[in-house]
Amino acid sequence: MTPPPDLILSGQASIDGAPLFAPLTLSLKAGQWTCLLGGSGVGKTTVLRLIAGLATGAAFTGEIRASDGLPVAERVAYMAQDDLLLPWATVAQNVALGARLRGERVDQDRRARLIERMRLQDHMAKKPSELSGGQRQRVALARTLMEDKPIILLDEPFSALDARTRADMQDLAAEALQGRTVLLVTHDPAEAARLGQSIMVMTRHGLTPCQPPHAPVPRRVDDLETLETQGALLKLLREEVA
Amino acid sequence: MKTLSALAATLFALALWQAIVTLTGLPKFILPGPAVVAETWWQNRWLIAEHTWITAIEVLIGLACGTVLGVVTALQLANSRAARVLVQPMLVFTQALPVFALAPLLTLWLGYGLWSKVAMAVLIIYFPITSSFFDGLMRTPPGYLDLARTMQASPRSVLWDIRIPAALPSLASGMRLAAVYAPIGAVIGEWVGSSQGLGYLMLLANGRAKTDLMFAAMLTLGVFSILLHLAVRRATARMAGEAR
Repeated sequence: MTPPPDLILSGQASIDGAPLFAPLTLSLKAGQWTCLLGGSGVGKTTVLRLIAGLATGAAFTGEIRASDGLPVAERVAYMAQDDLLLPWATVAQNVALGARLRGERVDQDRRARLIERMRLQDHMAKKPSELSGGQRQRVALARTLMEDKPIILLDEPFSALDARTRADMQDLAAEALQGRTVLLVTHDPAEAARLGQSIMVMTRHGLTPCQPPHAPVPRRVDDLETLETQGALLKLLREEVA
Repeated sequence: MKTLSALAATLFALALWQAIVTLTGLPKFILPGPAVVAETWWQNRWLIAEHTWITAIEVLIGLACGTVLGVVTALQLANSRAARVLVQPMLVFTQALPVFALAPLLTLWLGYGLWSKVAMAVLIIYFPITSSFFDGLMRTPPGYLDLARTMQASPRSVLWDIRIPAALPSLASGMRLAAVYAPIGAVIGEWVGSSQGLGYLMLLANGRAKTDLMFAAMLTLGVFSILLHLAVRRATARMAGEAR
């Protein structure tokens, strides 16, 4: 793995000539969590997919580059709201999917360590349908870590979970992904306030930076400053709609 | 519960059948009752078994060949735009032709024996297998493909490790349809020209006013088709993702 770089996306996007988002510059600090917060339809997922090199259906003019000048799309690992576990494959096979798809040998020790770290050692041979929502997202996180990429793109990965499982997953992800350049796209102000070392609110007019709380991530759910930030973020989101 | 309702439906149908025969007083050569048919079946069991065996062989070979052909075609179609442009309209056109009309031609080309019937069975199941598997291959959940892309997967492993396994439930439903269609194909083939098989036996019995034997052969064919469908259903349960 190359050391995590800074990442800069600048440009604008349109769908069939109608602007999706205005010219903006998003910079992700190396080794830090950046949270991109916004309502639905403002194009935050498009931003993430552009960085991942995935099809967006939007026309993008601008550039995406890493501070070390190396290509971006091949150094990302991607995690979506849908865990995207293959239903016919076991937990162990799903975790090692990347190596299999590239025709590489699977690093068995590394996989065993990650599965244990995600507390999945009792479920290795199970199919995804036998797991709970939280367990499934832990498999997806193990699969993401298995890729060992410097840039991690998270597209609302915890939004379908119940409140308690979501908080657990946030803790686990913050700890496991420490030191990588992480972009978390979310519509949840609480999540952005807990996890963002840099927080950007995305609206149709562009990006508004927001001062993150001082505590280190993952911040306590009852940390006062975190709750205040959460409130401020929600206010920003609601203003946008009005 | 399912077995019970199937049993109840069978008893009901038999009772209805017997009632029609008794009430209308139709002669045996027009409509024999269930008891007569059962008796005829028992008396001719070895004859019927012999012809069932022939039809079964035709159907099974046809099913195997048709499945292989359909799977290969669907893979080609999914893999190449050129194949889709050239072959897909042809496929639809062949489906628009009545298979009945082709049967005499197949007998002319392939002779009186086994292979013209196998070809009929293949023709009749080729389209459902191809189109169901092809649809499955083209409808891979886009999220899997996104994930594979970020993992720098080769197109080959995307096909073998994601698109094909994701399409297996569709292939399974195509094969289950095929199991019902294949016997129809074989019997049509036998009607047009043969000296063996259940289709031949039915024609023969009909021509000699042995309506009871015709019914016995027809019911045997029905039971065979149902058993085949159940067997294929079982065999494809894992593919369809039903096995747990």
